[in-house]
Amino acid sequence: MKAEGVREVEIQEIQIGQEYEKVGIPFQKIGFWIFLAGEIVILGGIVASVILFRLSYPHWFEESVHTNATIAFINTLVLLTGSLTAVLSHQSAFSYNWGKAQLFLGLTALCGLVFVGLKFVEYSREIHHGFVPSRNVFWMSYYTTTGLHGLHVLAGTLIIFGVMLYIKKKKVPEAVENAALYWHFVDIVWLYIFPLFYLT
Amino acid sequence: MGGSNMSGEHHREESFIKRYIFSTDHKVIGKQYLITGIVMAIFGGVLALFFRINLANPGFLSHEQYNAFVTLHGAIMFFWVAMPILLGGFGNVLIPLMIGARDMAFPTLNMMSYWTFFLSAVILILSMFVPGGAFSGGWTVYPPLSANPEVLIGAKWGANLFLLALAFEFASMLMGGVNFVTTVLTMRVRGLTFMRLPIFIWMEVIASLVFLFSVAPLIAGALMLLLDINLGTHFFRVEAGKAGDPILWQHLFWFFGHPEVYVILFPALGILAEVFTTYARRPIFSYKTFVYANIVAAILSFLVWAHHQFVAGINTISALGFSITTVLISVPFSMSLVVLGLTLAGGSIRFTPAFLFGLFAFLMFIIGGLTGLPLGAVASDIYFHDTYFVVAHFHYTVFTIAVLSSLAGIYHWFPKMFGRRINYTFGKWHAILTLVFYNGFAFPAFFLGLAGHPRRYYSALELGYLQKYQWIHELMTISTVLLLATQVVFIFVFFYSIFAGEKETEPNPWESTTLEWLAPSPPPHLNWGNFAPLVERGPYEYAKNGKDIDFIPQGRLVKLKGETAEK
Repeated sequence: MKAEGVREVEIQEIQIGQEYEKVGIPFQKIGFWIFLAGEIVILGGIVASVILFRLSYPHWFEESVHTNATIAFINTLVLLTGSLTAVLSHQSAFSYNWGKAQLFLGLTALCGLVFVGLKFVEYSREIHHGFVPSRNVFWMSYYTTTGLHGLHVLAGTLIIFGVMLYIKKKKVPEAVENAALYWHFVDIVWLYIFPLFYLT
Repeated sequence: MGGSNMSGEHHREESFIKRYIFSTDHKVIGKQYLITGIVMAIFGGVLALFFRINLANPGFLSHEQYNAFVTLHGAIMFFWVAMPILLGGFGNVLIPLMIGARDMAFPTLNMMSYWTFFLSAVILILSMFVPGGAFSGGWTVYPPLSANPEVLIGAKWGANLFLLALAFEFASMLMGGVNFVTTVLTMRVRGLTFMRLPIFIWMEVIASLVFLFSVAPLIAGALMLLLDINLGTHFFRVEAGKAGDPILWQHLFWFFGHPEVYVILFPALGILAEVFTTYARRPIFSYKTFVYANIVAAILSFLVWAHHQFVAGINTISALGFSITTVLISVPFSMSLVVLGLTLAGGSIRFTPAFLFGLFAFLMFIIGGLTGLPLGAVASDIYFHDTYFVVAHFHYTVFTIAVLSSLAGIYHWFPKMFGRRINYTFGKWHAILTLVFYNGFAFPAFFLGLAGHPRRYYSALELGYLQKYQWIHELMTISTVLLLATQVVFIFVFFYSIFAGEKETEPNPWESTTLEWLAPSPPPHLNWGNFAPLVERGPYEYAKNGKDIDFIPQGRLVKLKGETAEK
């Protein structure tokens, strides 16, 4: 509080770029974290519902032996490798090594495609053996959860690919950071899904 | 500060489509939301008119039509009227202006948000004309009924499109919410600290966050329901041999559904705060109480959902818990209302149309809030559940929020949005007639509820003990017709005033303090031209400066140095 009668020199002009309150965090980053928070609750909602179904369904174990844990394990490694390349890309982008950043993003996108491809093989084999979504509680939960997650992997792949093209034109490290964050998020969700359906 | 020297610099030559249809300007997007919301309100109102006529005069609609119209009326008024007007409309127009920004943080995302919303409205309307008819399972979409096409007409394609429309609507509001929160966090002008934000801005941010965290589980639930309908899964279906859990849907739905009511209530309270301070010429009674109380309410809103399920067979201990949280949440809202009421005390009130609507909304919301208490206590709710008492209660809350508060906002910011006025005399009559007819339709419903009249019934004449209350239905229908007729006149006047209303050249016609009134009316593209607002004090400095001028604007415009402002 300034004392009565004392007037500061009035500001008459502001330099462009100085007219906003300083925040210190790029707005792209804030926006993306808010979006990610919403995503966490969507997938959290479905995983929580599935856990509720599992608790009240006695035949969960007998059904889960029919899933293909080998493919799922390879897929886990694929996602984790994608995370590694995403981190490497992030590091390259923040040291302004844009060629390398693009290369690593490309590898991450490739991991995404491999994951979705393997998932597709897995689904078609299961459906071929009669394990369709309407079969019982286990399979409907399995298809809904892994299907929604698969769509997220696909979306993540598209985002990564889009950012790869975007940083060719605009050198925004935050874009790489957001894409990598999304990939990690999808990865972490898978680490919950994997034991829930394959390892029980 | 004339409009010409501020807007002249950036007069960009753009096609009509880029400027008014696929515009990224927050003001254009806000107006698009507002007008789409009003058009959908006509649609929802006509549906209400039809089923009200049927209640007074059973046989006017078929049973299927009646169910579908009741369903769509509820869904439309919530998701396609209240949300687009209070969040999409006022939020988009006012957030950048009130914080001194030139646009939203993500303008393109903002445009996509509106067009996703538009698409959702189109899908919803199309869902009325698909094979099997419109969805008719109630706006709460309760399974197992809603998931069973063999039993419920419209549970196949009607339900699919209904859920698809909801999904698009949610996606649109999520995009908007991310934009709102990011914009407010990062784009406040110098001097505008959090505790100097206009209350309306606080409320929009709280509403966006509550929506973000509450809607997500319902998205998961809607996915499961779609699979139940189309792929034969049985998350919620309980026919022979199927072990679904319909109560799970109720949990997922109300975990969203109850906070959703507050998602539209918060912006409405924000509008009331702006309107009350401006027209009572008083600072808000206690800024911090208001803000903190609503933050507490926002947190509590995630802990009350199961009070909708007291008769659904939930555990009695948890019913008691939810009963306690429900009564608790009335404390912060009472504090907000007390702050609003005390703001009026000692004010020199200007009875403009916006103030009348604000005052009526305030008074009616008190009725709505108080009648919520018997519904939140388990013992009394067992009697009142699913009767017309509930209908009356939520019309006293939601109609107040969505219609009375929105109209207060429309009358308040119309000159800023369009540079023209709505006729004052008309506005006052509009407020008074709306209040009278609205009570004529909503208040008698309390008595129907007390008499044990279940809601959603096609006709009261088919149940012996209700026949003697048919005259109440007739009274309610007459009031509804008059209420809607009043709004039809308003909508004509509204559109007439946009194009041919009396010009309002004064940027600050209500002598208000917040930043949006520093901009010309209507504000040009990028809002501030070669100036930027500089904030020097809190948002409600009224009645402080002696006799001549009784308000001090929150900030002033300062010239920008350097290159011309370009985003």
